[in-house]
Amino acid sequence: MTFEVPKYRLKDLVDKPTYFTGGHRLCAGCAAGSMARQVTMAFNKPTMIFNSTGCLEVASTIYPFSAWEVPWLHVAFENSAAVASGVEAAIKAMTRKGTYTAGKTDIVVFGGDGGTYDIGIQAISGAFERGHDLLYILYDNGAYMNTGIQRSGGTPFSASTTTSPAGSVIPGKSQFRKPITDIMIAHRIPFVATAAPAYPADLVAKVRAGLDVEGPAFMHIDASCNRGQRFDPAKSIEYVKMAVETCLHPLYTVIEGEYKLSRPSERIAKDPSRKIPLVEFLKKEGRWRHLFRPTERTDLIEKFQAEVDKRWEELLAKTGF
Amino acid sequence: MTRIAVTGDDAVALAAKAVNPDVVAAYPITPQTIIVERFADFVADGEVDTEFVTVESEHSAMSACVGASSAGARVFTSTASAGLMLMYEIVFIAASSRTPIVMALANRAISGPINIHGEMTDQMLLRDSGWISLFCEDNQEAHDQTIMAFKIGEHPDVLLPVAVGLDGFILSHAIEGIIPVSRDKAQMFLEGERKADLKLDTTKPLSIGLLHLQDYYMEARAQIKDAQVDAKRIILEVFDEWEKLTGRKYKPIESYMMEDAEYAFITMGSSAGNARTTVDELRARGEKVGLIKIRIYRPFWGEKIVELCKNLKGLISIERAHSFGGPGAILSQDIKSCLYGSGVSPLLAEYTIGLGGRDTLIGDYHRMYERAKAAFTEGKNLPISWMGVRE
Amino acid sequence: MPILPTDVSDEEFKLWIKEKWGYKKLPMAGSAPPGSAKFFRTGDWAAQRPILIKDNCISCLECYFFCPDSAITMETGEDGKKRPKFDYFYCKGCGVCANECPGRKGNKAIIMEDL
Repeated sequence: MTFEVPKYRLKDLVDKPTYFTGGHRLCAGCAAGSMARQVTMAFNKPTMIFNSTGCLEVASTIYPFSAWEVPWLHVAFENSAAVASGVEAAIKAMTRKGTYTAGKTDIVVFGGDGGTYDIGIQAISGAFERGHDLLYILYDNGAYMNTGIQRSGGTPFSASTTTSPAGSVIPGKSQFRKPITDIMIAHRIPFVATAAPAYPADLVAKVRAGLDVEGPAFMHIDASCNRGQRFDPAKSIEYVKMAVETCLHPLYTVIEGEYKLSRPSERIAKDPSRKIPLVEFLKKEGRWRHLFRPTERTDLIEKFQAEVDKRWEELLAKTGF
Repeated sequence: MTRIAVTGDDAVALAAKAVNPDVVAAYPITPQTIIVERFADFVADGEVDTEFVTVESEHSAMSACVGASSAGARVFTSTASAGLMLMYEIVFIAASSRTPIVMALANRAISGPINIHGEMTDQMLLRDSGWISLFCEDNQEAHDQTIMAFKIGEHPDVLLPVAVGLDGFILSHAIEGIIPVSRDKAQMFLEGERKADLKLDTTKPLSIGLLHLQDYYMEARAQIKDAQVDAKRIILEVFDEWEKLTGRKYKPIESYMMEDAEYAFITMGSSAGNARTTVDELRARGEKVGLIKIRIYRPFWGEKIVELCKNLKGLISIERAHSFGGPGAILSQDIKSCLYGSGVSPLLAEYTIGLGGRDTLIGDYHRMYERAKAAFTEGKNLPISWMGVRE
Repeated sequence: MPILPTDVSDEEFKLWIKEKWGYKKLPMAGSAPPGSAKFFRTGDWAAQRPILIKDNCISCLECYFFCPDSAITMETGEDGKKRPKFDYFYCKGCGVCANECPGRKGNKAIIMEDL
C-alpha cells in the first residue's frame, strides 16, 4: 500500500476550524448537517466545494444566506462532477500560466443519492475516467428527500417512499440498492471509502486521505434523514450507527485496489456476534413499518437480510477475512 | 499575414489557437467536430497552454465550462444541434452565473428526424437564455468573431457567454480564404489573460449558485437583462478596436444597397451571401432592392432595423429556422416586434428556407423576391411560408 | 462596477437583508458572502433545548461533532476540561446531542428541556 489514511482522535479535531456555519435550514437533526461540518474539519489548504442540487445545497444556501465559508458553487443536479472537472482543469492551466497563485487547491464535490446513483452517474464516471484530482462525496439518505421522499437507485430494499409506497400489493421498493461503491471501485480510482457521521474521527481522516491522494477519490457517506426515513430527529446519529452495525453500510477503504475494513466494521468481522440483525434496524424506522404491520413480512425481512449478508460476505472475502 | 484556405471549422479552431484559452471542454458532434479535432492537434503539439477536457457529453462540456469560467479561466467550447439541446439546462445557468464562455456553433438541424445539415434553429433557441448570439456570413467572420467574442463576453459590464454561429457544412466544411490573426495580435487585442473579479477565490470565499426564492429571483434575472443592454455599447467598442487592429469593419446590423431601396431582404448568416448576389442581379435589372444582414441576434438591435426600414415599401425576411405554430418564424417574430409601434411599417414577406441543409439557390431568392413584390404591389403582406418544401 | 459579496461588511449585509436591496445594488451572479447564514436565526424552530449538567460531562467531545447546526462550541473550564456550550440562536432542538451523550455512569450530561 502506497498511501494510508491518517489516524485522528476527536481531541485532535475539536480545535480545528469548520467552514459550515449555523443558520442553515436543514431539518432539525439532519445528519447531512453533521456530515457537512465534519467534512470541513479535514480542510487544511485552499479548498473549494461543488454541490449538486439537493437538500444540502438548497438548505445551506437560501439567498442571500450561505452557510459555507470556503468558495462554493452550485450549478445543477446531475453535473457537479463535471463542474468540478472544469475547475480542476482551470486551476491547472492558470497555475501553469501564473494567473492562479493559491497553490494546490483541494476540490470537494457533494452529491446526494439521487445526484450520484441516478442522474449524476454519467458525469461522475466521466470525471473518474479522465482522472481529475477531486474528492466526490456521496451523502446517501436513501431517497430523493429534497423533492419529497421519492425512491432512488440508493433506496434500500422494501423501503416505502412516495414513488415506491407500501401498497396493498407492492410492499415498498422492489429492488435492492445499486452497489454504488463497487461501481466506483470498478473505475480503478486510487481511493474509495465509506463512512458515517456517527464515526467522526474515521470520517474526517478519510476525507483528508481522499483529498491528499492524487487523482479521483470517492466517499460514500450514510447520512440519515429523519423526515424521509420516518423517525425521531434525535435518533439520526444512532440509526446511522445501526446501519453500520447491521452491515447494511459497512465501513471500509479501497486504496489502489486494496480493501481494508475500518475499525467499526473490523470489530464485527472479528466478532460476528456484534453484528446486529437487520430486523432490529428495520423496526426502528417508519419507512419499513409495513414489514411489521398488520403482519410481519418475514419473507421480505429474510430476503433483505440474505442480500445484506451476501454483500457483507463478499466484502469480508475481499478484505481477507 | 498571408491569406490561407481553410474550412469554417478550421477558421474557428485557428481563432481559438490565437486566443490560447485556459480550458476547452467539448464533445464530438457533426458538423462541429473538426473544431475540436484541430484544437486537439494544437494541444498535442504543445501549441497552446490549454487544458483540454474531453468530457463524456455536451451536458458535461457546458458544466465543465461553467466551472472553469467560475474559477476565472478563459473558456471555449463548441457544439451543434443535439449537443446544444443536451446542454440547454446548463446554457441558462452559464448566463446566470455570468460566465463569459465562448461557444462556436456549427448550426445544424434539430432532431427529429435526425439530420446533420445546416439550420439555425439550434442557436436561435438561445434567444431567451441571456447569451450574446452572433452569426457569421463567411469563414473570415467566423474567425474574427470567435476572437471578438472573448472580449465582448469578458467585459466587466457584460460578463455573459457568447455563441458564434456558422452554418453547418455551408461554412463549417467549405474552404474559403481567410487572413488569420496571429497569437500576438489576438493577445494584444484581448489585453493578455482574462481578469475576472467575480470568481471562486480561496482568499475571497464567496458562494455562487444559491437558491433564489420569490424574494430575489427577479432581481437576479434583472441583472442579466441590464447586461444585455450594456452589451450593445461594449460590442460597438470591440468592433471599433477590431477595425483598428485588422482593418476589417464589423457592425451589429449591416446594410447593402439600402440608400434608395424600396424593398429589402433581411437575413442572417451565410444566407446573406446569396441575398447579396441576388440584390446585385436585381439591381442590374433596375430593381430598387437592398439587404439588411443581422450579425448580432442577441442583443437585438431593433432600433437599427427600424431606421433601415424607414423608406421601404416591403421587407422580405428569410431565415433557416421555423417556429411551429408561432406568429411567423423566429427571426420574423423579432422583426415584427421591433417594428410594432415604431411608426415604420413596411409590408412584410416571411420565408423559412433551407431546413436540414436543403439547398436554397439564387433562383430561389429571385422567386421569393418576385412573390413578395407581387403581394406588396397589391398592398398585402406575405405570411410565413416554407420555400422549396414539396407538398 | 459590480460589487463582490466579499466586499460587503457584516453591517452592510444586515442592511441588505433588512432593506431587501434591488438588483442594481446586489452583488453579481446571485453570489453571497461566505458564512452569511450565521445571521439567520434557526433557534426559533426549537420546541426543546439542550441543557448541560456539568457534573455528568466526561468531555467525550461527541456532541460537538454530531451537532448538525454548529450550535455547540467546546469551552475549556477552569479544570482544563472541555464541555459543550449551546448557542440557542442556531439550536433547532433536535436532541441529537442529548441522545448521543454517554454521560457519567448512565447519567446524561445533556438533557432536553421543553420551551
